[in-house]
Amino acid sequence: MPGIGPKTDADRNAGGEVAVSSVSAAGRRQRWAGLAFTLPGVILLALFLAVPFLMALGLSFTNERLASPLPTRFIGIDNYARTFGSSSFRQALGNNVWFTAIVVPVQTGFALALAILVNQRLRGVKVYRAIYFSPVVVVMTVAATVWLLLYSPDRGLLNGILSVISFGTLQSSWLQSEMMALPSIMIMSIWQGVGFQMIILLAGLQEIPEEMYEAAAIDGASTWQRFAYITVPRLRNTLIFVATVTMILSFRLFDQVWVMTRGAPLGNTNVMMLEMVNVGFEQQHIARGSAIAVIFFLIVLTLTIVQRRFIREEVD
Amino acid sequence: MRPRTRLRRVAMYALLTALAAVFLFPMLFMVVGAFKPDALVLAEGNTIRAFWPTDANLDNFVGAFRRGRFGQLFINSAIISTAVVGLGLIVNSLMGYALARLPFRGARLLLLAVIALTIIPLEAVAIPLLWMMSEAGLRNTYTVQILPFIANPLFVYLFYTFFLGIPRDLEEAAKVDGAGPFTTFVRVSAPLAKPAYATVGILSFLFIWGQLLWPVLVTSGPDVRPLPLGISVFVTQPPISWGDIMAFAFLMTIPLLVLFIIFQRWFVQSVASSGVKG
Repeated sequence: MPGIGPKTDADRNAGGEVAVSSVSAAGRRQRWAGLAFTLPGVILLALFLAVPFLMALGLSFTNERLASPLPTRFIGIDNYARTFGSSSFRQALGNNVWFTAIVVPVQTGFALALAILVNQRLRGVKVYRAIYFSPVVVVMTVAATVWLLLYSPDRGLLNGILSVISFGTLQSSWLQSEMMALPSIMIMSIWQGVGFQMIILLAGLQEIPEEMYEAAAIDGASTWQRFAYITVPRLRNTLIFVATVTMILSFRLFDQVWVMTRGAPLGNTNVMMLEMVNVGFEQQHIARGSAIAVIFFLIVLTLTIVQRRFIREEVD
Repeated sequence: MRPRTRLRRVAMYALLTALAAVFLFPMLFMVVGAFKPDALVLAEGNTIRAFWPTDANLDNFVGAFRRGRFGQLFINSAIISTAVVGLGLIVNSLMGYALARLPFRGARLLLLAVIALTIIPLEAVAIPLLWMMSEAGLRNTYTVQILPFIANPLFVYLFYTFFLGIPRDLEEAAKVDGAGPFTTFVRVSAPLAKPAYATVGILSFLFIWGQLLWPVLVTSGPDVRPLPLGISVFVTQPPISWGDIMAFAFLMTIPLLVLFIIFQRWFVQSVASSGVKG
């Protein structure tokens, strides 16, 4: 995430190096231009981001419903109490945590392995790089639709493959199985998203100077030692960034679940965003939906703050 | 030594190719399925013949257009995406440029606000935004799917850092020639920022083309419905025809796939820069 950038011209000009009148006329023109250039962006950001964000906070303490004639009333923390009291919300939150706990390390590790593989000097390696990245440009709803058929218990390719390699002994009902439904969504999510992380990690790898590896090789360091003592520490910030982005994405999980299961079986793939849509939209309970949005935002905020703390330590 | 390195290289290619198969097989399955008679998509779905276009024909594409209304949904998605990407590039680059180059009162504070806003994801504002748009009577329109996504704090920030990094000499020269801020921006600065425009354009297109949550909330019926919601409805709409669905999925993937193949270098760079800047 961005820190505060280098000094802007505003700082520099504040020193007031030149005070000739013609220049200050130009300066005035620039100031007006500055305001005019930012105005459309400021209005749109305020209207569609800042205001609704504040409204989420405000509405979450009321009884507001979608298109309801009832007057809006302040009802304190009732929505939060009901949200945490709801077993389906708790199950959804638990599923998000479980999803994050598995997907973040597996996907980050897999992405790092792929990045190292495609960072080699080999003929044609760029083609492999493009292939591993290609699922990223397949829209998530499309990927989920295709995997829905791949996961079909009786007609799906995955059970076909399992059956061949296990001589007909292994089968799974995948998305329809209480145990396998969420892991099935994890697998397809990793397949679709790992290329994105791979590219970011690859950019990090390419910033590590080649000489460091050469020097280490001369000193007799093994491949593993070079990985553990050069690659990982040098890639630390990038790894933390990638892991945090993956964590945030895991809590934003929606598209795959919407297409593949809508939370079934028995809420085993229910997630926070689906719960928010069900409560805030399907049940038209804007206020309680807003409470879920606020809880979701607090999770994202916490993850972002923790990430910054870790990255700052490295800088010191 | 020699035979060992050769063996290693063969093993490396074998590994790379096996991984490539893992990433490609669902897409290959989709493409082949799009051309197969509907019954065979299911009948051969769990065998190696899933990758063989038995009795290939174009019936599924007819189905995708007739039953899935692909044409209408594609136009909807194209209008929404073009407007969001186009207007977004203008609004965000103007704002990023002003913050980097045109000093005005409160610019510093505004920059801090933009950075703070990058933390708020769409999902955190979707429900109150739905309420606002519903009160404003804007549900089920193109407008409601375009307006909220034009300005984006992350893109403003990307433009801001990019404009800070380009040399001032050319801008100064234009200023000496009597060009005003707008002319300088259009003639000099914006053309120098082509890489930033490419990056933001690609990231914003990837996002808006695939967007599902917001259309779920604000659209009903196929008139303004975009493709991602369209396919999620099509999968559940009886009689379910997997051939038609695969054709729909394939058609929906073509625009991004073509863009990706042509602008591969830019795609990779824009994704990489979204991380390195962090």
